[in-house]
Amino acid sequence: MSDTQEVDIIDQVVSQEYKYGFSTDIEMETAPMGLSEDIVRFISSKKNEPEWMLEWRLKAYRYWLTLEEPNWQNFKLKPINYQDIIYYAAPKERIKLDSLDQVDPELLKTFEKLGISLSEQKRLSGVAVDAVFDSVSIATTFKDQLYEKGVIFCAISEALHEHPELVKKYIGSVVPYTDNYFSALNAAVFSDGSFVYIPKGVRCPMELSTYFRINAENTGQFERTLIIADDNSYVSYLEGCTAPMRDENQLHAAVVELIAMEKAEIKYSTVQNWYPGDKDGKGGIYNFVTKRGSCEGAYSKISWTQVETGSAITWKYPSCILKGDYSTGEFFSVAVTNNRQIADTGTKMIHIGKHTKSRIVSKGISAGKSHNSYRGLVKVNKRAENARNHTQCDSMLIGDRSGAHTFPYIEINNKTAQVEHEASTSKIGEDQIFYCNQRGIGTEEAVGLIVNGFCKEVLNQLPMEFAVEAQKLLAVSLEGSVG
Amino acid sequence: MVHKQEKMLSIKDLKAEIEGKKILNGLSLEVKAGEVHAIMGPNGAGKSTLSSVLAGRAEYEVTGGTVTYEGKNLLDMSPEDRAREGLFLAFQYPIEIPGVSTTNFLKTAVNEKRKYLGLDPMEATDFLKMMREKMDYVEMDKSLISRSLNEGFSGGEKKRSEVFQMAMLEPKLCIMDETDSGLDIDALRLVSNGVNKLRNKDNAFLVITHYQRLLDYIVPDFVHVLYKGRIVKSGDKELAKELEVKGYDWIKQEVEANS
Repeated sequence: MSDTQEVDIIDQVVSQEYKYGFSTDIEMETAPMGLSEDIVRFISSKKNEPEWMLEWRLKAYRYWLTLEEPNWQNFKLKPINYQDIIYYAAPKERIKLDSLDQVDPELLKTFEKLGISLSEQKRLSGVAVDAVFDSVSIATTFKDQLYEKGVIFCAISEALHEHPELVKKYIGSVVPYTDNYFSALNAAVFSDGSFVYIPKGVRCPMELSTYFRINAENTGQFERTLIIADDNSYVSYLEGCTAPMRDENQLHAAVVELIAMEKAEIKYSTVQNWYPGDKDGKGGIYNFVTKRGSCEGAYSKISWTQVETGSAITWKYPSCILKGDYSTGEFFSVAVTNNRQIADTGTKMIHIGKHTKSRIVSKGISAGKSHNSYRGLVKVNKRAENARNHTQCDSMLIGDRSGAHTFPYIEINNKTAQVEHEASTSKIGEDQIFYCNQRGIGTEEAVGLIVNGFCKEVLNQLPMEFAVEAQKLLAVSLEGSVG
Repeated sequence: MVHKQEKMLSIKDLKAEIEGKKILNGLSLEVKAGEVHAIMGPNGAGKSTLSSVLAGRAEYEVTGGTVTYEGKNLLDMSPEDRAREGLFLAFQYPIEIPGVSTTNFLKTAVNEKRKYLGLDPMEATDFLKMMREKMDYVEMDKSLISRSLNEGFSGGEKKRSEVFQMAMLEPKLCIMDETDSGLDIDALRLVSNGVNKLRNKDNAFLVITHYQRLLDYIVPDFVHVLYKGRIVKSGDKELAKELEVKGYDWIKQEVEANS
């Protein structure tokens, strides 16, 4: 195909606007800009936290001050001015109530526009939602019905009051504040997020989900989620997120901790659609997240499924620590980068117990001038007998200016381990596109069809309601990418 | 009363090249609805170029001539619009698309065409019913259609899949680009039976082939010989038999003598 023909094809395609780019006009209460011990105290007092929580935050903050930003990543990061960020923003007059009647209608409308229905009549039955707007959770649906079954699903700020012993026992146990630069920052200033506890023997009767919406300018979002599945329980949890279009980058440094006890299973899915920045790479969310699950009990299982299409920079490695004998960790990922987005993502599977299994399926799609890196670690400890891992790492390149990179780390310290790594790189061929064209399928649809086929294995892991949305999201995020 | 176009396809003096190399040098051809035209010729004559240009492959540059399809300027239309207007190309080397099942692929194609014609998408149950019906045309194996498109298909299965797709999309002008290449007698018969079931007075076929054998099964109304980018001889099915006996040399000599 000649250059002029390629340009013609690109010109013909109209790139769709990020449709979640609107912002909500609502009275907000914000902390003064900048970070200091005072701000940490401010956040803690706003949430009326117990003394031990404030102490933990302060310890984390003081530790953070001693650290330097990491520099091993496969991309250049413009230095972040941490004093140029507001660490707390919440809608004014917000009183957390049981009745949605008292939630500001502007907020309800915002979430409606995003497709999240909080009102009684219209909500998705079978899915409970915790809606988080900037630094606070504004509503949690089905909370009472779930509590009747013993399932605790609420904002973490609420859990600190209603179930402090549980929070105190587990928070920081999987991702301590000493873990890394951003987890230290998060521990100091975390805003809100979800807390889930599934009691012994209970199969959670509905999907639980949290929807994060960044709205205020110049703020960072630092949510913290903690999910505990007690013996023999099951929960499927989904996280969704969007943000308005802004010219400045906004930082999203979250921490997610999962704990699965004996024979428990946690399924954690993410469909991430933070504003990716414009086509020249201006603006967009920095998505720096630490997610880790601990398979504490024997026969426990934790599965991470992620569809990452947004963010200017996606930097995260949802991981599993396989402590329990016969425990299983899974990681299914589709990471799309277009225009000038960057992704450095992957997973860590740490085999500690005996007869542990892990499975990694990573699909990276790079288009435009983006760069997509898979970074994964499979570690088998000395005493981890009979560990099994299968890793499948596939990259798809669209156009000829994008990059796909792979950094697999394999550390085996036990000779009974069986570890397999398969990798492939492919390009969407012009012949494939022409074949589709000749059957009446336009180029955009053809790319969508081929990409969805490429990602099928991962998309099949998502709860049905979200699989459809994810497919549409993939097609939209690749619009204008073919040439 | 709408005046029905007499000529479905009218190619006048078509010239085309690829990467500066001239391949079609003034090709003219007329096809009416209900007709089957065979295009034969030695290697390098321009047979595949003709089908690529008609289908709208961007690598080929049209440098002269016109192509009118159903009264419209075909060369002005995008490849997908040509397809939606009823032009179908059965590829010589059908491509594989991993992860996309034949079913899913065809459902998308069928519904794109319907959207173009202002129709609603087909109901899933109706679509499946249509699939089962048309699979019989080429005795298509059920297991093949839920697999990724053409992935792991044998040569014969790929060609049968092309004719199956043709049956599903119900095109008006079918161009078959050396469909018989790489087929054994049984596959050839299956493919031909499928095509013959699809022939009617409203559609037309351009069967491009190197060998006469296919034309025993798909009997043409007209046979044209393509040589050095032009149609140099036309006749009926007897011409194909003559070529079988004499080869292409006598045509080449005739052309050289006359120039």
